[in-house]
Amino acid sequence: MEISVTINGTTHTHDVEPRTLLVHYVRDVVGLTGTNIGCDTSSCGACTIHVNGESVKSCTMFAVQADGEDLLTIEGLADGDTLHPMQESFRQCHALQCGYCTPGMVMAAVSFLDENPNPTEREVRLGLEGNLCRCTGYHNIVKAVLHCAAGGEQ
Amino acid sequence: MIPAAFDYVRADSVTEAVATLAEHGEEAKLLAGGHSLIPLMRFRLARPAVVVDIGRLSDLSYIRDEGHHLAIGALTRHRAVETSELVASRAGLLGEVTSHVGDPQVRHRGTIGGAVAHGDPASDIPAALIALGATLVASGPGGTREISVDDFFSGFLETALADDEVLTEVRVPAADGAAWGFEKFNRRAQDWAIVGAAAVVRAGGEVGVGLVNMHPTPVRAAATETAVAGGASAAEAAEVAAEGCEPTEDLNASVEYRQHLARVLTRRALEAAGL
Repeated sequence: MEISVTINGTTHTHDVEPRTLLVHYVRDVVGLTGTNIGCDTSSCGACTIHVNGESVKSCTMFAVQADGEDLLTIEGLADGDTLHPMQESFRQCHALQCGYCTPGMVMAAVSFLDENPNPTEREVRLGLEGNLCRCTGYHNIVKAVLHCAAGGEQ
Repeated sequence: MIPAAFDYVRADSVTEAVATLAEHGEEAKLLAGGHSLIPLMRFRLARPAVVVDIGRLSDLSYIRDEGHHLAIGALTRHRAVETSELVASRAGLLGEVTSHVGDPQVRHRGTIGGAVAHGDPASDIPAALIALGATLVASGPGGTREISVDDFFSGFLETALADDEVLTEVRVPAADGAAWGFEKFNRRAQDWAIVGAAAVVRAGGEVGVGLVNMHPTPVRAAATETAVAGGASAAEAAEVAAEGCEPTEDLNASVEYRQHLARVLTRRALEAAGL
């Protein structure tokens, strides 16, 4: 089936099998490999991207469901060489260890702050419950999100 | 993990979805938000030959005040229910329970109708709908019909919906001035409940209690409700919460532990509801 999907501002048109998962489409067909596949069971959140501005797990959508929709992946977050404030906060707070969960974690965090711009620490932890960091580096991730919510600069 | 191949049909109306289901019978599955079906398809525990996508039927996404009840379109996403002021003010238990479903990403895509039609005893939302006494509305070739939530869940992952019926609306009796409690016991964030209890005490004193993961279906704590109606305290009524339930044993809990959890969580939910 032919689908047309806007990803990071560019419209892509491809013929896909209906069973193609969105994350496979984004990585293997479009070639945007910043979005990772972690658990493949809708648990870990490594594949989190935005669909129409909201965080979703792209392993739990078929590409055909994204036909006509507006997607944002980790590659589309920065403005040229200027990191998105959430990326900058992750960098400043050392909110990553191995980095595998980071793209999904950043995308989930951006969507979370869109919905709750002034969260408590508890709300940040609940807001990121769909994302697992197997390095267990949660402490600095939560710090980074709070840092970003507070305006970034130290 | 890649699902088995299937034919994809994008329905433009409920009528078209019903017709497609009628044509393919049990070979077809409806796709709404996909957050129950797609995980099953990835594991190939489900291998529908035809997937009928109703996800674009935006006229089935609404929350309306119908006076004595709230009408919630089946394709209303969890996030919309969770953040609805109308739900918060007139059926607060449902909003609270919905905020515990999965995680934010799941709630952005999953729908109330999908969660109900999947018929999973481990799902939180059916317990709230049982406590609140909801009615489900289904459309089929012969028109629409209303099904009481008490008649809806017929077996493990089975419902009263026929192969050619589409769940279109969830009707939740208004619970103005009600107090409620929801207790969900799990070991990790975002996990399914090992056991859960949803309780509502209406302004008139009427009590409803639904249990999560205590039976092959979502289930009403009927003995507890009867005990409360007979004047029992929360602690006394909770003692019979597991009566009539046939929970299963799994990696997380034995039958006895689930029964224990049902009693403890029901008491806490009733107490949170002011009983």
